[in-house]
Parts: sequence; C-alpha cells; structure tokens
Amino acid sequence: MDSIAQRLSAAGTNNALELRGVTKMFGALAALTDITLSVKPGERRAVLGSNGAGKTTLFNCITGDFLPSSGTIRLFGEDVTEFPPQERIRRGLRRTYQISALFPGLTVRDNVYLACRGVSRGRFSFIRPRFNDPLVQAAENLIEAVHLTGVIDRLVAELSYGQQRQLEIALALAGAPRFILFDEPAAGLSPTERAELVEILTSLPTHFGFIIIEHDMDVALRVVESVTMMHNGRIFKEGTPQEIESDPEVQELYLGGGHG
Amino acid sequence: MTGIDQTSLSRSTSLKLFGYHPVVIIVAVLLLFMPLIANDFILYQIFSWSFMLGIVALSLMFLAGYGGMVSLAQMTIAGFAGYMVAIFGVNGIASVSIGWPWWLAVPMALFLATLLGTITGALAVRTEGIYTIMITLAIAAAFFYFTNQNYAIFNGHTGINRVATPHFLGVEWRSTVPFYYLTLGFAVLCYWVTSWISRAPFGLALQGVRDNPRRMAALGFNVNAHRIAAYVYASFMASIGGILLVWGNGQISPGSVSVDVAIDNLIIAVVGGISRPIGAFIGALIYVVLRTFALDVLVAFGLDGNRFRLLIGIGFLAIVFFSPDGVIGLWNRWRNRHASVSTVRQGGAHG
Repeated sequence: MDSIAQRLSAAGTNNALELRGVTKMFGALAALTDITLSVKPGERRAVLGSNGAGKTTLFNCITGDFLPSSGTIRLFGEDVTEFPPQERIRRGLRRTYQISALFPGLTVRDNVYLACRGVSRGRFSFIRPRFNDPLVQAAENLIEAVHLTGVIDRLVAELSYGQQRQLEIALALAGAPRFILFDEPAAGLSPTERAELVEILTSLPTHFGFIIIEHDMDVALRVVESVTMMHNGRIFKEGTPQEIESDPEVQELYLGGGHG
Repeated sequence: MTGIDQTSLSRSTSLKLFGYHPVVIIVAVLLLFMPLIANDFILYQIFSWSFMLGIVALSLMFLAGYGGMVSLAQMTIAGFAGYMVAIFGVNGIASVSIGWPWWLAVPMALFLATLLGTITGALAVRTEGIYTIMITLAIAAAFFYFTNQNYAIFNGHTGINRVATPHFLGVEWRSTVPFYYLTLGFAVLCYWVTSWISRAPFGLALQGVRDNPRRMAALGFNVNAHRIAAYVYASFMASIGGILLVWGNGQISPGSVSVDVAIDNLIIAVVGGISRPIGAFIGALIYVVLRTFALDVLVAFGLDGNRFRLLIGIGFLAIVFFSPDGVIGLWNRWRNRHASVSTVRQGGAHG
C-alpha cells in the first residue's frame, strides 16, 4: 500500500495523466499495445489515427469503461488503474462521446443538472432543488456557455443533431473539470458549427488540459499544442502540430500525401 | 421562475385552480366524500382494492418507468410483508403466531420485506432487460413454492387466516369506511412521495440511469448503487401495499404470492402506463372493475363467468397494441392535441 508520503511525492510529479505500458486485449486481438503517454496539466493534445487505431479504446481505458489488460494509469499522480469510472470522474476527469450519450427522456436543464449533481454531494437526495440552488444556477450558466439557453426546457430527444453535440460538451464541463477527453466532438457538424466548436474549445480556461480525438485536421490542429499519432493500437509518433503535419511518414500513412 | 420543477401539467395554465388542474380537484373531492355516495361493496371491493393493488403496482412503475428495471418480484415483496405482519402479529393459527401488537409487527414486517427487496435488487441489478425479469420471476416462483411447502413458518398450502387488524383511537380500522380512508391515505402518500422523488436528485438520476447508465457513470454516479436504492424505496412501498392487503383480506396464503398474481401486477402497471405514477392507480382501478364485474357481464351474455381473465387479456392486448404507454399515454396524446391548440391561442405561454 502507498504511504501518504509516497502518494504526495507521486502527486508532485505533476502529470495530469500518465499511462505506462497500457495494453488492452479483446480475446486475442490487441486493441492497445504498450501505450506510454504523459500529459502535463493544462496541456492540450490531439490523438490522431485512422479508424481502428485504438483511439476510442484508449479513452475507454482512461475513463475506466474498460480495465486495461496490463499497465498503469495515473490521474494527477494517483494510481486509478482499478478505479470504477465514477471515482475517476469525481477526481476531475471528464469525457464526451463520439456518438452522443445523453438522456433523451429528460430536458436540457435536467441533463446538465445531473452532470453538476454527479460530481457533488447529494446524489441520492430526496430534496428537490429550488430554482436558486447553486447547482441549478451552475447548470444554467453552462447551458448558456454552449449556446443552448433557447431550448433549455426541451426534451433532449427533440434537439437537432448539432444541439445534441453542444450539450455533449456541456455535460463534460460540469463541476470543476481538471482534464477532459473529447471524442470526435466535430463529427457530423456543419462548417459553421465547427467554427463555433473551435471557439468553444479555444475559449476553455487554460488551467485544465484536454485530449481531443478528431479527424478534421482544421479543428484538431488549431486547438492543440501537441499531437500523438496512433496506428494499429500503438503510438506511432509524437510531436507538435507542425512536426506532425510535415512528417513524411505521417503523410504517407494518414494524410495520404496531401492535406486533409 | 420555474426552477427545474416543471411538469407537463403546467401547459394548460389558464385552467388551473390553486395550482391544480380541475380534473385533479374533482377527483380529490370525489374520493374524499366517496363514503357518502358509495355503498360498502363499492368502497371496499372497488376502491380499497384499487388503492392497495395500485400501491404495489406503483412500486413496479417506479422501478420500470424511472429505473428501466422490470421486476416481477414486487408482489412477492408485498406478500412477504403481509406474511410477516400476520406471523409477528396475532392470527388464527396458534403454531405460527408470535402475537406482537400491530405497532411492533408492522415495522418488523416493513423492515424484513424491504430487506428482501433490497437483496432481490442487489441480485437483479447485475443484469439487464429480460434477464432482470427472469431473475425476479425466479424469486417470485421460489417464494411461492416455499410458502406452499413450509409449515413451520408459513403454514404451507393453507396459509394464515384470521389475521388481526389494528384497533386504535377507538376505530376498528378493518371496518369499511375507516379502511377506505386508510388505504386512500397510503395511496395518496405513496403517489405524492413518488411524484416528488421523480423531480428530486435521486429520481432524476434514476431516470438518467434508465436512459444511459454508461454516461451516468461518466458523470460521477455509482449506477448500481442507484439501482439498488431504487429497489429499497420500491420495496418499502410494496411492503405497505402488502400489509394493507393482508389486513383487508384477513388472511394470506401461497395463492396471494403466486406467479399469476405477480403477472397481474405487471398487467396493472402496463395497462395504466408506466410513464407516470398515476398510471399504477388507473391500471389497478381498471383491473379491479373488470375482475369484479366481468363475471356478471359474461354470465349475462350466456358465457362462462370464469372467463373474466380472457377479458382482461383482450384489454391488455388492445392497450399494448394501440397505446404502448398505457391509458396514461392515451390521455397524454389527447391533452397534447388539445394543448397545442390552446397554446396557439395563448401565444405560447411559457413558465
């Protein structure tokens, strides 16, 4: 068992996220092989790679939807490898989903309220929130931040696709996030909506970092300062957006010689 | 100022009186003064029965409608509570009667039955969909056969009769009018608390678990703990219904917890509609009325009176076919059509 001193010194290493030798097997198939990755607090990184490169599996291991077959995952210095998802979320991790994972039977307000409630106390409370409840206020502010105030009392099932993508981001911003995983937030958005997304991402407070999976280079490379390329479940290359864009091997493999 | 406390009822703002829809006021007044206009048969056989079965169905509605968990064990929990209150209290079978006063036997029965419901839930939440139904059905069937064969505690096939009912404040609570108000009171209480919870963090989170359990975990919720907590609440409610049922009947036997009865409970909840708590009571009223009068109607048409279940079955099929969300669904659709017309007139009054 870790002593308090060990835990404190581990926390002092100051990486927001640290993966060491993470491997995920599905039967005989290796979805992730020996991933070692560290992200500093406040760092914004893109994870690129073709379909099946293991990007979403990587996210699922980090959030705890899957337990890795081997390797360790540290969040702000703390070993969370065996933690269930909710324990990682309560420590400041957030994520969005490639395919919107919302609550269609509830209103926009209730969706965001739940996200705020999930990372605070009183999850089992029988007491109804009053309209001036701090969490209700926080939810309303978040809804405003993602430009959904006009549909605040609508059921999520009635929202347009673009609005659902915006709500998806709002859920990940609830509470006090310290590190966010964005899984293809621009998927299926129109050019205008993409511009709006880039604006939301770049205007996020600088004290928390994120990893973004994104196929659209115009979105991905504009909002990050470092890039990790994945291929067949392995890390293939790491570098700045400029290095990755100009790397001949990357162009060969992923950009198809041209500019995507 | 809406807060997040906004129900779809508030759409027809212009019709509201003291904040309630006129239909609600009329029903409340009718129920309150029912003993003045209805005879003992109607009060007990129709209304008290509807309230009691409605409470048990409400416990299923809560699990299925808000939690997405269809439990066939709710009638078993109710029956277990009934057995416990009969056994710990005073009954006509000396060998299985412990003879505690009702005010000790009732909390004991509530506690033990809620515990059984919690254990059932803890087993069931590890599964989803049809497997939840199978596990809870297995528990219901196991309890039925156990009561049939166990004489030391449950007095076997004969069951337990002459169960004493409470007598206090100078009122014999089993006599028709006091029992009507007793069952009405608990039905209203269960209905009100369940409606309240549906908008409180616990109930909202349960609906989140129903819609997307994986996302709920990714928002910081312990999904299984939430599901088990839902079973605790639902089982407590089913236990209240079960205790009232054993007082009403004065007896309990394995027939009270058979698989047939468990399925009737499912039919009541589905026919009424599992989207809102009131559906459980509407379903119970329809079921009780059919059960009570279908026999006479069938005989009047020269058919075998024992075929009343056929009528219930046909009614069930018709409802599920035309309105998968039950009678409540029919009402909702009718009101939405009506509301969309009046909203246009009011210029879309928004709370």
